[in-house]
Amino acid sequence: MIRWDRGWRLTLRVACALMVTIVFLFPVYWLAAISIKTPNEIYSYPPVWLPAQVNLSSYMTLFRDGDAWSVWHSLVTAGVSTVFAMFIGTIAAYSIVRFRTGGDHLAIWIISQRMIPPICVAFPIFLLYVSWQIVDTYVGLILLYTAFNVPYVTWMMRGYIQEIPLELEQSAMVDGLTRWSVLWKVVMPMARAGLFATAVFTFIFAWNDFLFALILTKSEVVTYTVKVTGYFGSQSTFWSKIGAMSMLGVLPMILVVGTMQRFIVRGISLGAVKG
Amino acid sequence: MPDLCLTDINKYYGDVHAVKNVSLEVPSGEFVVLVGPSGCGKSTLLRSIAGLEDISDGDIKLGQRSIAGLAPRDRNIAMVFQSYALYPYLSVYENIAFGLRARKTPQAEIDRQVAWASDVLDIGDYLKRFPRELSGGQRQRVAIGRAIVRDADLFLFDEPLSNLDAKLRDGMREEIKRLHEKLGKTFIYVTHDQIEAMTLAQRIILLRDGEIEQAGAPLDLFERPNNTYVAGFLGSPTMNFVEVTVKDGSMVLPDGQALSVNGAIRDGAYTWGVRPEHFSQSDEGGQGLRAKLEVIQPTGSRSYGTFHLAGVHLIAELGAHVGEQDRREVTLSVALERTVFFDKASGKAVG
Repeated sequence: MIRWDRGWRLTLRVACALMVTIVFLFPVYWLAAISIKTPNEIYSYPPVWLPAQVNLSSYMTLFRDGDAWSVWHSLVTAGVSTVFAMFIGTIAAYSIVRFRTGGDHLAIWIISQRMIPPICVAFPIFLLYVSWQIVDTYVGLILLYTAFNVPYVTWMMRGYIQEIPLELEQSAMVDGLTRWSVLWKVVMPMARAGLFATAVFTFIFAWNDFLFALILTKSEVVTYTVKVTGYFGSQSTFWSKIGAMSMLGVLPMILVVGTMQRFIVRGISLGAVKG
Repeated sequence: MPDLCLTDINKYYGDVHAVKNVSLEVPSGEFVVLVGPSGCGKSTLLRSIAGLEDISDGDIKLGQRSIAGLAPRDRNIAMVFQSYALYPYLSVYENIAFGLRARKTPQAEIDRQVAWASDVLDIGDYLKRFPRELSGGQRQRVAIGRAIVRDADLFLFDEPLSNLDAKLRDGMREEIKRLHEKLGKTFIYVTHDQIEAMTLAQRIILLRDGEIEQAGAPLDLFERPNNTYVAGFLGSPTMNFVEVTVKDGSMVLPDGQALSVNGAIRDGAYTWGVRPEHFSQSDEGGQGLRAKLEVIQPTGSRSYGTFHLAGVHLIAELGAHVGEQDRREVTLSVALERTVFFDKASGKAVG
């Protein structure tokens, strides 16, 4: 009786987990499936759940036409801006925590920048960029993503740095380190999990941005998010190209999150429970 | 090795005057303990020496060199922290080598120093482990190891034993004392525990409210306290204080009993300080007090008895085998020459 009960519970648990997994993974699967389907399969009804063969022609078209470069543009803008934002945000957070820079309120002022609806500032920024002549350039997008992510990084890293015992840093200073080397050799390793988690989210924010990329780029540095929209037409919609381009956008995320999963989970839960 | 010299150190935190005009000279090789209750400024003083706090006023000299304005790393001081301050992401070896690496010591020298320190502290078996895999006592040793591998002019200890349990603390106390003898370096040690202060120090600096209350050899402070504060801080159980008046060569206790003080003390009102061990129980007469034994606390080697004497409770050290049958009025003889008289108004010792 007890055995049966236990087996029943396990089955139920696995079934629930399976259902949740399917709900979350199905859209990604469907995207992947569309990207390798033939046009007939895409439009057929009832839908084809499993494509009969792997048809990579959409991917080939993307690479042949040079559209795939947009993924590279996204990678560069998101990657470089993440490095900048992490650097600036971390030292800003260190300064706020250890030197009480800006008193009690600076941190909340900084994070309040995130509360402005981006669309409100999009056009002023566009006009500014026009006069600076950095529309449709790497510099323009990197500058913007850095500016938008620094508050987030500062806010997150502030929490992680606060958890580092002060005595660790003081001990290092007595032992012969400068402030900068304390930051590098004590604060960074101590906040490693938080650092990685924050960097991943920062990267994702920049990677997924559509609004600013749409407004601030034309033809040179078009990101993949903007490129995808070009395949929706008034006459025809290129579903397989949309699917293929979207997959190119999803893959780096799967890679990043997959390899960093350990740190992300630890980084997120670090701030949640105070030890 | 240079002497340490503090001159008129002041430290303010806003309106709070945490350290008041402290001057102190520590000759090379001395073991000095700064002791006092929490908030007395002892840690602030230690951290000022290390450079972790800026002093508001005064000067700190190591030998001929003024170190008051220098960054911690330029003072050539080693420090052991209360929380051990071990880096969780580094092995024990790397923790100990940390200060040497920071000063760009050659690898061969690091190996030699770490081997020596781990030998002295008996932690050679744990060098590859991480701090989280060690017990509290082992962590403490690693923390000390990290300090002693460096050829520092001065070793500072900020309550290093207060996170250990009582038994480990006793053992580590002995080891720290042994270590001091072995290294022959200047140790400055902060604690709130009077037993640590008494057992370790060559000289105790007793602080209160940011000022030095009394400084001297442990037994000097214990036997000849300057005032009631020092007398009450050192010793466990604490010294008994009784309000007495002296008139015509005899001391009158609150309940009217009198003891002869042979004219050694002038007439007046005093606080009489008598330690538990100054009493002994005897039913014979002589210089004795009659008092009722109310509570007995046996510790094994001896028992402490609480006596009631006209509204005052006195603790006296008694034989180990004092039992229920002794809970009655008995005669306590007093070693009067060892007791201390304090001026009632000022609390300062007289005579």
